[in-house]
Amino acid sequence: MAAQKKAAQPKKAAAPKTKARTTRKTYQLQEARVVVETRGTGKPLLLLHSEDRYEHNTPLIDELTKNHRVIMPWMPGFDKSTLPNSVTSIDDISYLYLDLLDQMKLTDVTILGFSVGGWIANEMATKNCAHLKKLALIAPLGIKNGGAYDRDIEDIYFHRFDVVKKMKFHDIKKDPRVLTDMSDKEAMDEARARETTAQLCWDPYFHNPSLRYRLNRVTVKTLVIWGANDGIVKPAYGRAYAKKIPGAKFANISKAGHFPHVEQPDAFMKILRPFLR
Amino acid sequence: MEFYHFTEFPWPYLPPEDEYTSMRVNLPNNVYDPNIGADLYNSYLDQHLLADELGLNCMLNEHHQTATCMNSAAPLSVAIVARETKQARICILGNPAANLRDPIRCAEEMAMIDNISHGRLECGFVRGVPYELFGSNCNPTETSARLWESIDLMKKAWTTHDGPFNYEGRWIHKRQVNVWPRPYQEPHMPIWMTGGSDVNHATRSVESGYTFTMFLTPTTGMKKMFDGVRANLKKKGLPKPSDDLFAFMPLVAVGETEEEALKFVQQVFWYVTHNKAEPQFRAPPGYVETELYANFLSGKFSGGRTDAIRTKGMEYFRENGVAVYGTPDQVVKQLKNIYKDIGGFGHLIAMLHSGDMPYKDAAKSMKLFAKEVAPQLRGLGNVSDKVGPLKDRGRPIPAAKFSGRTAALEGARAKAGVTVRSPNKKKSKAA
Repeated sequence: MAAQKKAAQPKKAAAPKTKARTTRKTYQLQEARVVVETRGTGKPLLLLHSEDRYEHNTPLIDELTKNHRVIMPWMPGFDKSTLPNSVTSIDDISYLYLDLLDQMKLTDVTILGFSVGGWIANEMATKNCAHLKKLALIAPLGIKNGGAYDRDIEDIYFHRFDVVKKMKFHDIKKDPRVLTDMSDKEAMDEARARETTAQLCWDPYFHNPSLRYRLNRVTVKTLVIWGANDGIVKPAYGRAYAKKIPGAKFANISKAGHFPHVEQPDAFMKILRPFLR
Repeated sequence: MEFYHFTEFPWPYLPPEDEYTSMRVNLPNNVYDPNIGADLYNSYLDQHLLADELGLNCMLNEHHQTATCMNSAAPLSVAIVARETKQARICILGNPAANLRDPIRCAEEMAMIDNISHGRLECGFVRGVPYELFGSNCNPTETSARLWESIDLMKKAWTTHDGPFNYEGRWIHKRQVNVWPRPYQEPHMPIWMTGGSDVNHATRSVESGYTFTMFLTPTTGMKKMFDGVRANLKKKGLPKPSDDLFAFMPLVAVGETEEEALKFVQQVFWYVTHNKAEPQFRAPPGYVETELYANFLSGKFSGGRTDAIRTKGMEYFRENGVAVYGTPDQVVKQLKNIYKDIGGFGHLIAMLHSGDMPYKDAAKSMKLFAKEVAPQLRGLGNVSDKVGPLKDRGRPIPAAKFSGRTAALEGARAKAGVTVRSPNKKKSKAA
């Protein structure tokens, strides 16, 4: 451990000019202890990762830190953040994150939320937009548009892993994660992330039945971005979602699935960059 | 030792295995033909009537969305068996208590069956296999804790006799719980549990006075678990649990000759060979421990017991005590060895039927088991006389202790010609 730290230090010392340093701090939010990673300086950008955790430590963050202080909480039950029994839903998590904004004394916050992270952003904004400036939502989950017999969101638990991968990615070779290549530590992280996601999103399945009726309360500028080939939630779901948020814009990215920022990072930034300005 | 007959009510007429991906969860019911199925249901119920005539007890279970088990609403078949049999104890193993949206409905069903059978119900609860979570939509991360919450509430409902109580727990909320009827057995039916490799769960079960059951587990695995429970209780300063707090279910076949037994057991073996399932159905997130799930995700662990046993032959099963078969004397010898090896158990659930085994073959195996095997093993295993509800098994509250007695009730009882019957009075327990 000690040797590793020593070896890592010169790298950090050599890099600061081009690459901002990440700091980790733990916040007590109600009964949960939430680890928050922060990088860069500038306008606050709250990044809420997806259930697949593809966002932290990516070139995307490097790009964002050029103009922003990027604040990345690990959702309770992910990484080292704890998931107490009192947290049973995404709705609960949104209250914790609103508390986090208060504790960090953040105002004029832009939220960048991916998939379940986008759902959390909407849950937050429908409760209190006072400290928010903009929402950028990438394939957000959280509502149900269709009727009782419609499957709005594909059942990721019902299908074989290889089938789910094809639903998530337009080109499966772009999935940064290959399950059979994971180290023991990575496999444990992945297992815990999936358990937490199931615990919070199994039923009602990846949505809060009340949320769609509250979206009128999102009073900040909102952009919804969708992969044209998303097999988990179709772009039509995204368009309907965007329509429910007053004034929200919708953008499509071709040749991309549920994680357009992973599959088409350049096209993604081309849409996101002007929105963040 | 108590003996139970078991068939899982299989639907054995399947397309070739490469034409479907799973026996469970997603197999469409267009492979089920009611013209045949209706007869099968009645044939399986007939097996239990025969078990009763032969002096065996009955065990029935429940699974959903699967051809392995057509008994998708076990309280119904258990109710029929309760009505149609005379003396068998009827074990439901069990009610999927972790997946029940309304455990009070279950408490009512069980109390009714207990009354209809004059106190012959052994009431089992299961967490349910992982496949069940896709149909029930219950959260796999919650099933262990939810199982216990459900059972505790049902027990409270069965033992509360002074009107409604309030319950607002972690998952279940009821403001006016007042179960009618009260159970026939006092204070409530004996409770059974099942389990796999979690010794703490098994210990908690036995400590609560519940009979802990293991299915198709190799002798070494059972020994590890049962010994683990005994050691845990000893650590807590509790007395050694009696044998009847442990139950075991192997595949069983008895023939007049070894050849006949082999023919029978090969038919029962259908249960093992016909268990194809898509891998993700076996491990929804949160159902197993995180480490095991991590290994499953990375491909280090694929199917566990199910895959292992599918690929190994019959003799392997016999050596490991999972299949017990042969002539009556061979079966007696094998069961005595298992009893000794695992340090005792009090209930043997014999899976004497599976697949498309014809009624006549199952009946012959059952008869040989009941007439020539069971009598040689009856005395095996001690019965608890101190712990929990088992001691008063099969008895209603004594009339003298019944607090709801009124003149009107006495008059009604005399007018209806009702007398308190206890069909188990004559049944002597194994010493």
